[in-house]
Parts: sequence; structure tokens; C-alpha cells
Amino acid sequence: MKLLYKAFIASAALALVACDTNFDDRVTDEGFYTSGSADLSTFVAVGNSLTAGYADNALYKSGQENSFPNILASRFEFAGGGEFKQPLMKDNYGGLLLQGVQITDNRMVLSFDEEGNPAPTVLDATPTTEITEHLSGPFNNLGVPGAKSFHLLANGYGSLSGLSTGQANPYFVRFTSSESASVIEDAMEVDATFFSLWIGNNDILGYATSGGVGEDQTGNIDPTTYGGNDITDPSLFAGVYSQLVEGLTLNGAKGILANIPDVTTIPYFNTVPVHAIPMDAATAEQVNGMFDQYNQALQALVVLNAIDQEEAEARFINFNEGQNAPIIVDTDLTDISGILIQSGMVDEETANLLAQLRQANTDDLLLLPSMNVIGTLADASNPMSIMGVAVPLPDELVLTKKEQERVHTAMESYNATIQALASQHDLAFLDANMLLKQVAQDGVPYDAGVLTSEYVTGGAFSLDGVHPTARGYAFLANEMIRAINDTYGASLPVVNVGEYPTVTAHNN
Amino acid sequence: MVNRYFILTLLLFSTLASYAGGYRVSLQGGRALAMGHAGVGVIDNAEGAFFNPAGLVHLEGRLEIAAGISFVSSEIKFQNSITGQYESTNNPVSTPFYVYSNYHINDQFSVGLSVFTPYGSVVEYDTDWAGSHLVNRIDLSAVYIQPHVAYKINEKLSVAAGPTFIIGAVDFNRNLNRTLTDLDGNRSNVTVKASGVTKVGWHASAMYRPMERLNIGATYRSEVIMNPSDGDATFNNVPNSPMTPFEDSKFSAELPLPAELLIGAAYEFDKWTIAVDYNRAFWNVYKSLDIQFENPNVPDSHNPRNYKDASTYRFGAQYQLNDMVALRAGYYFDETPVRKGYFAPETPRTDSHNFTIGAGINIGDHFRVDAALLYIYFDEIDASYDHYMEDGVAVPFGGAYKTSGFAPSIGITYKM
Repeated sequence: MKLLYKAFIASAALALVACDTNFDDRVTDEGFYTSGSADLSTFVAVGNSLTAGYADNALYKSGQENSFPNILASRFEFAGGGEFKQPLMKDNYGGLLLQGVQITDNRMVLSFDEEGNPAPTVLDATPTTEITEHLSGPFNNLGVPGAKSFHLLANGYGSLSGLSTGQANPYFVRFTSSESASVIEDAMEVDATFFSLWIGNNDILGYATSGGVGEDQTGNIDPTTYGGNDITDPSLFAGVYSQLVEGLTLNGAKGILANIPDVTTIPYFNTVPVHAIPMDAATAEQVNGMFDQYNQALQALVVLNAIDQEEAEARFINFNEGQNAPIIVDTDLTDISGILIQSGMVDEETANLLAQLRQANTDDLLLLPSMNVIGTLADASNPMSIMGVAVPLPDELVLTKKEQERVHTAMESYNATIQALASQHDLAFLDANMLLKQVAQDGVPYDAGVLTSEYVTGGAFSLDGVHPTARGYAFLANEMIRAINDTYGASLPVVNVGEYPTVTAHNN
Repeated sequence: MVNRYFILTLLLFSTLASYAGGYRVSLQGGRALAMGHAGVGVIDNAEGAFFNPAGLVHLEGRLEIAAGISFVSSEIKFQNSITGQYESTNNPVSTPFYVYSNYHINDQFSVGLSVFTPYGSVVEYDTDWAGSHLVNRIDLSAVYIQPHVAYKINEKLSVAAGPTFIIGAVDFNRNLNRTLTDLDGNRSNVTVKASGVTKVGWHASAMYRPMERLNIGATYRSEVIMNPSDGDATFNNVPNSPMTPFEDSKFSAELPLPAELLIGAAYEFDKWTIAVDYNRAFWNVYKSLDIQFENPNVPDSHNPRNYKDASTYRFGAQYQLNDMVALRAGYYFDETPVRKGYFAPETPRTDSHNFTIGAGINIGDHFRVDAALLYIYFDEIDASYDHYMEDGVAVPFGGAYKTSGFAPSIGITYKM
């Protein structure tokens, strides 16, 4: 009898005790993940659009929520990380308003026509983010879309009055701490224990996406003389970057630096094939007839020493049955319009058309917007004015080999600087250049497929062809986590890349 | 007076029709539950209408009624140490119930009507949790209404049979996939809802008494395939695109309530009753949870389950302390019907160890109260569901699961 009583009481007690159903080791327990020698309690992210979470040619809320710094912060939370405040946009449309007037485009969405053909389209919506409605910080995400390296040091980069003179950036206007502050000052104000710095992309990107219409400013270290599409002088970049790192590590903070990816690996430069124009034999012959005189003139110009033989060959135009490359303007060619007019061979209009003309070749990159230009009529009333056949694609739609080389040279120099500073300061380092090359060449596997740089369908790049999708950012964030774990002996968890979205389908 | 009470109880409980933790819930008797839910060989009260209607011919009272309710708290915890994902369910307390009756028409025949809820599940995860492409929440319920006729062939052998009327309901929500959102980043999801789904099955049982103190019994309840055919599927947060043509639609589906075979024996000596049961649930019938949408533009949903038949082993003991009080304890081992690689978070069942205790207290000559406590212990396991398809690629979802359940139960027996 007594035994039964005891059994009764014991089992009742057991039931109550055993009701605690926690895992033996719970992932949310302190110490399950560690930050190693890094202190992740306050994190600040400094950079450009890539840091802001920009995608689909705009900054919008859900993009910011999937920004790589926000993903990092969600990982840091497992090992002492604190709140991560971002200057969120007001909506998911993306456009900015300045005193009610829209000054940047809405985001792009993927539309489909009735036949199911995809078409990246600008979202039709009325944006609500007014940049004069100032946000109060301090913010942990100081990614400013459009910023070049030296902009981060510029006082007044968030000045409302500086907007009209081009000295300020509308995104920074929204959340700068004062009219005179610089991005780096606001970042240092956070007194972060950990930082990320990814800057320098725009120092070459503007030149590349404008088809090289800007100047290569190598040799000129005065950024006040630069245009928006210029390449930043590498020694200026080195000086600026070093100052930024000095500033961010001044309080002893640890951090991660990311280098500059080769812009020519992104879909913006790799989607439109060079041999984009189909032609039958008869048409090719007819078109070649139009250029007969030009091709002959080239030899005459060699004789006149106006151009050399190599240039003459490069400029020789020949269409064939099958796929053909378009004719383009290449500003690195000798301008022969003067000599053509002088010779009286052609009228002024034709001379200008032929001035820096050649046919594109496989070394050239046709830019994404050229997709909607090639084969259209330059002059709607003239059926002969076909772009790429009778009228050359303008300089800003083509990145020639020479232009690519300028971009590449600058990039290599920037990256040498970044890597040197990372090891000098014992900082973690993300080789974004190598990683995005991997994505472009073989793709990177994830749990439901392979992430590639294929435009629209590859999953890594958003509809602007330049910025990653949320999934692309998640991939980069994971690689940063790995670099941080390696460098600081941390054990932070990664995210599942497959759970992050890619492009958004929407019909206006 | 008694009849009125019976009907009132029925009405009251049918509004509380919601159930817990897994999809088969063994809470069909306050007396039996305290003894490891073993009772096929036990002749004690009207609970036999569930465990073995054939045994009811041996009940003492001309009319006997038993009613009870359980309060089930269950919790599922999930974590993945690679991604740091952690989740614990917010399952509401669910309340399986039963009302059993038996009436001796004469010495040979007994009849009765019973209502009970052997299948059901309420699982609620946080919306958009890591496994939300498989389930956000599910509420399954099935109310069995079961008349029986029992016939005493001789003092040793009796049999019983009858139809089983089942009323089922389902309310299920999950996200359409892992990433689809509307323009504002809200996850696209679907709710399928159907209620008042009816179906008829049958049951048969036998009780054999080779000697006075030993009873051996068997009960079989047929399989019933519930097929809601007029349910509503509601799609939420779907992007405005011809590529995502998810419009609200009627749906049809099939959900089996498997057949069950119960075999058991009970032996009485001195003040003790010992009961041992073996149950076999024929889960093999549950191959796939398929949902067909009436709208032809909405792709059908195919979710392999591939369950296997599963056994339960039950052991219980009762000690009659005095005229008033009986003390009970029991244990049962419950095999999971889920195969490796099919561990879906909507019914995350692993093998479980179940511990029960309880007591029965006589109040006067006509009433008895039975209280019981069930504690379900599941081992922490690493498991995954490997049959979720994304663009033709199987994407496993898994991690560590830790489940627990706890259910106090109270029942009352009336004997006339």
C-alpha cells in the first residue's frame, strides 16, 4: 500500500519536472554561438547602395530588410549583437520625393505580357518617401546609394541645400545627423564595436554603366573636378580608404572590408549578346553596299596617315548572313569627320555619323539598355534608320575593350589597397570580386538550385542588372559570416540562401 | 433527467471540438487513460463503448453513462543549428471529449450511443516561421458518433457491432513556397477550410471470458477516408501577375482516418486489476496529402506522407484501495507511423513514452469520478521532410525537434 502511495507521488512529481521540454543545447542559449575575439554588440555598416540594400534600381523597404548588414546583424544577435537601426524607406515603391516632386525612379518589377514573355518594368505607383521628412538617428546602416569613396568623407553630403549644386546625396539628406555632417562622422558617432566597409564600387561603376562616357581621372587627385561618370584616381582612393579605415578602427573596433567586384561580370554588361542582329544574305549584301565607300575611304586615310593600318582594319564594316554585331560609336577611335568633310566625299551629317564608327566585336560589352535600342528606328519616319545597322549605337551603350581595361586597372589598384589595409588592421576580408566571378562563371549551388548571374532568371541579380537580389545579398552575407568566423574565431550561424526572394513578379 | 443531462453534455462538447498534438489522440476514457489507455479486456463502465462494446453486456447497471474531457497542452520545439532557426509552437489547449452510453434491453442485448474524438490535431507555429512553406497552422478534427448493439452469445462470449458516423473539419494554412511575396514583401499563403465533412464507417468487437477473472477482447474500427469536396481555398498576398494565378477556389482533398485493431486482456486478482493492450493503427493508407483546386489555373498540391502501420503497447494497473477509491497507473509505448525523411512539421510524431496515473472515486451508489494525468515524453530527434519540391528540386526541411504533451483528464460515470 505504502509502495503504491509512493509510486503515485513519485510519478506525479516526475510528470511536473519532466514537463520542461527544452533542447539539451538550445540555439538561443547564450554561448551556443560565439563571437570569438570580436565584440558584436554595436554594429555599423558603411558604404553605398550595396550596403543600403538597394535592388531593382531603387531603395525600398523589403530590400532594406534583406540588406546584407541587416542579415549580418540578425546573425550577430546570436552572439551579443544589439539593435540594428536602418533608415527605412516609407514604402516598397522605391522612388524619392523632393518637396513632392519625384526625383528617383520607382523600383523595377517583372511584368509578363499575355504570351507570358517577361519584361522588366518600372513599377507604376506614387512613392511616399519625402526626403525633406528628416529621420532621426543614430543609424547603424549608413549605406548611401550612389556614394563614391571620397563622398563618405565629404562634409555636407547630406545637406538639403547642397542637392541643387550636386554636392549632396538625396538618400543621405534623409538621415544625416546635420547639414554639415559627413557619412564617416555619423558612422563614428555610433561608436561601434564592429563595422563593415564596402565602398569604391561607384568609383568605377558610373564610368562602366555609362559606357565609358566619363573620364579616367587617374593622375588627378582633386575629386571636386570629377564628373559623376569618372573613374576615381587610385591614389586618391587609397588615401580616402585608409582614412575611412583609420576612422572606423579609432576606438579599437573590429570589422570586415569587402573589395570591389569586376563590374564586367554583372548582368548589366553580359545580357545583350554582341552578335544581336540577324540578317539574311540579301540584306547583308545590301547593307555592306552602304558601307562600301566608307570601307574604301579607310584605306585612303591610312595612306594619308590619318589613321594606322590597325585602326583601318578595326573600322572595316562587314555584315554576313546570320547573326551580326551592330555598328557603334567608339570614342577611342580617331575622329575622321573633319578630314571626310574636307575631302568633300560626304556631307557633314554623314561625316559625323562616320566620325568614330566601327562594328562591335566580341571584346565589346553591350550594355543592358541597348537591348531596347538595337533594331529600333533612330528616326521613326525613316525605315532605313535602324539602330546598330544604319545608325551606330551611341558610346554610352557600349563598353569597349579599352574602356574595360581602364575600369579593370582602377579596380585592381583599389582592391590591392583594400586587401593591404585589411591585413594591416587585422580585419576580416570579403573577396567579393572572386565570389561574384564564381557566380558568373559556374554559379554557386544552394539547396534548391544554382545561383547564377543570368539576368532575371539567375537569382543573384535584381532587375537593374547591377545590384544583387535579396538572395544575392544573403549569399554575400553568408560569405562575410564565414570570413568573420575565420578571422575572429567566431562561430556565427549562416542563413539559408534559398529562403530569400529574388525578383518580384508584378503587372502594373 | 438523465437523458436531458446527456443531450446537454453532447451539445456543450460539440462546440469544443478541437484536439491535440499529432493526429491520433488516445484520450478516450478517464478510467482507461489512468491505466495507460488500456481497456479492451476491462469490464468496468460505459467507456467500453470505445474500447470494446462487446464487453458492455457484462455491465451491472441497466443504464450506464460515462462522459469526460481532457485538456491537452502540447508543444513542439524546432531548431536548426546551422541557421540558428528556433521555433516553438503556440498550440492552444485542446479538449478531446467523450460521452458513452449503454443500455441493457434484456439479458442478451445491450445498445448504446457514443460520441468521441479519436483523431485531431491543433498545431500553430509562428506565421512565416522557417517551415512555413509546409505549415503555418493546422486544425484537424473528427467527431465519431457511434451506436452499438452488443449480444451475449453465452456467459463466455459476446460480440458487438455498429456503424460509425464521422463529422470532420479541417483548417490549414501554409505559405505557397519559401519566397513568393506580394509587392510589399508579405508572404503569399493559402488557407484551406472545410467543415461538416461526413462519412460512415463501422466497428465490430468481441469479448471472451475463458475464466471468471480473465477477459480477452478485440475491437476493430474501419478505415474512413474523409474527402472534403466543397471546401474553400483562400489565397492571400499573391502578387498581381499572370505567373501567379492563385485565385480563391473550391478544393477537394482526401485525408484517411486509418483502421484500428485493438486487442487486449485484463486479469483481476485480490484488489488488483492488470490490463495489457496491443493496438495496431493501419496508417499505411496515408500515402499523400493531396489537394485539388477546382480552379484549373491553380496547380494542385501534392504532399507525400508515406506513413507506415504503427503499434502501441499498453500496460495498466488498478488497485482498489477501499470501497470508495481506486488508484491507477500505466505506461504505453507509442510507435510513430512517420518514416525517415517524411517528418512533416504539421504532425511531428516520433516514438513516445507515455506515463499515466489517476484515481477513481465513488460518490454514492450511482456516480464515480475518474481523474487521470498523461505525460507524453518524446526523445529529441534530428529529422527532416525531404519531399518538398521547388522548381523540380527536392528541398529538405529539417533540424532538431523536441515535442512534449501533458493532459489532465476528468470523467464522470453514472450507473443506474
